[in-house]
Amino acid sequence: MRPGTGLGLGLATLYMSAIVLVPLGAVVWRSRGDGWSGFWHDVTTPEASSTLRLTVGVSLAVAVINAGFGTLIAWVLVRDRFAGKRFVDALIDLPFALPTIVAGLVLLALYGPESPLGVDLAYTRPGVVVALLFVTLPFVVRTVQPVLIELDREMEEAAASLGATRATIFRRIILPNLMPAIAAGTALSFARAISEYGATVLISGNLPFKTQVASVHIFSQIENDNTTGAAAVSTVLLLVSLVVLLSLDLVQRWAVRRD
Amino acid sequence: MRMRTGGRFARATGLVVAVTLAVGAAACGDDDTAASDGSGGSVDLVAYSTPQEAYADIIEAFKADGHDGVDVSESYGASGDQSRAVEAGQPADYVAFSLEPDVNRLVEADLVADDWNSGQYHGMVTDSVVVLVVRPGNPKNIESWDDLIEDDVEVVTPNPFTSGGARWNVMAAYGAQIQQGRSEDEAQQYLADLFANVIVQDDSARKSLQTFSGGAGDVLLAYENEAIFAQQSGEDIEYIVPDDTILIENPVALTTGGADDQAAEDFLDFVYTTDAQRIFADHGYRPVVEGVAEPNEFPTPSGLFTIDDFGGWSEVSSTFFDPEDSVMADVERGIGVSTGG
Repeated sequence: MRPGTGLGLGLATLYMSAIVLVPLGAVVWRSRGDGWSGFWHDVTTPEASSTLRLTVGVSLAVAVINAGFGTLIAWVLVRDRFAGKRFVDALIDLPFALPTIVAGLVLLALYGPESPLGVDLAYTRPGVVVALLFVTLPFVVRTVQPVLIELDREMEEAAASLGATRATIFRRIILPNLMPAIAAGTALSFARAISEYGATVLISGNLPFKTQVASVHIFSQIENDNTTGAAAVSTVLLLVSLVVLLSLDLVQRWAVRRD
Repeated sequence: MRMRTGGRFARATGLVVAVTLAVGAAACGDDDTAASDGSGGSVDLVAYSTPQEAYADIIEAFKADGHDGVDVSESYGASGDQSRAVEAGQPADYVAFSLEPDVNRLVEADLVADDWNSGQYHGMVTDSVVVLVVRPGNPKNIESWDDLIEDDVEVVTPNPFTSGGARWNVMAAYGAQIQQGRSEDEAQQYLADLFANVIVQDDSARKSLQTFSGGAGDVLLAYENEAIFAQQSGEDIEYIVPDDTILIENPVALTTGGADDQAAEDFLDFVYTTDAQRIFADHGYRPVVEGVAEPNEFPTPSGLFTIDDFGGWSEVSSTFFDPEDSVMADVERGIGVSTGG
């Protein structure tokens, strides 16, 4: 081991523990406050199970849409030339900068009952999906973009000279190279969507059993001084995110190995 | 028509700008308080969000009233959040909440003396009533609670499980039925019919007002002071005070730390002065001190009732608002089934 490596590892571990592992561990620990049967009860009440199903469902939809359109946007930004490209490129990160509650407010004004565009998605599940798409846009774009920039164009040119069609080149050469980045970005946007509160709280209308997302349900548990129940539902969200992150990590490894 | 919707969007954009500026101004305000020398002691005020503007004026008047050296730090947020923050250790001398259970939480944590409500005003500093806010000209002709369960009426009210304040609205609706001579079963059925017409259940009262201003719904269930606040902010709304409605009572208390503090005690005394109560009235709250409000400023509804008519908050919380087994849990589940999950 080179000198300094031990120090670096120690610092990284300490930092990770203080900032992430201990808080996450505390949530999981808290969720067991009423034992396993209490945990099971908290996450299977009609409200909790409905809100979890909805949240996981819309987050999956958001992740899939992001995988497609995020890749497309990254492609356009890297491979196409058009006026204002740098401006659009800078725009991609803005959803991160805007407080999500403001994002919700603006989306409601644009796609709500008084929509100047004539599109009313307020208080519906599609409205929730749109709000989540807004806040998760940068993930796939920003993970795919650098890979696409680094991608060796000579491979594509070689394939073309050997008679491969553009579709074949995309499917056999470009996509496999992008897969790890797409998988990573998709996983991030799923994990973010599953826990979002601010952007969805206004546009969803919070109708129980219809548009109430898990984070709002968790908030209502806290409001009722049921922190154990809140931690239990949070733990389920953490587990679902973990499963999705791990399985997309497997996709990345598989894609890398095929290279 | 296009012009109007365009105007609405412009106003929403304007609001975003206004919120940003207000946050900026609040940040600057912090510096001002920090600059105070604090030689006259200090008061940590922790309150729910709606009376923020009123407290700003009251603190100014308090300082002008011979407490210039007192350093008042202010914290505002959702009532339940503020109460839990103090329970978890946020410094507080003077706490103001939208409803009594948020004080009771601190009594149980030994942070507020259990005789906090033994004074002349029973610990309450302002009153209000639940009103029906409607569109200009009242196009759906809303006059009473019965009109809210018509088929074509859309209602906006916060979710009573996330918003403690929304519970006032539910109890007003329920109590009005009892007041009109209906049975408890009929009153519960009324709540089910009412919530079937609710198109949005925001997580807080202020967000409901926002939703209604944004164009959703025909009727908003709100506190009278919020309706007055909306009108003062230039919102084009009207409101009806139903004959049968609930008296909202907002508690204040000193924490056990604040009770030893002369400045905090002075501040508590000051909020009951005519000056401070008048400031509350100017912001739409009904003063608790007699003779402060003008004779016809806040007409008393003929069928006014209080939370004590239903056994007080601790009774009501478990009967009506237990998340799993209560009147409102049944109501929400009933609607969930009929709207197809």
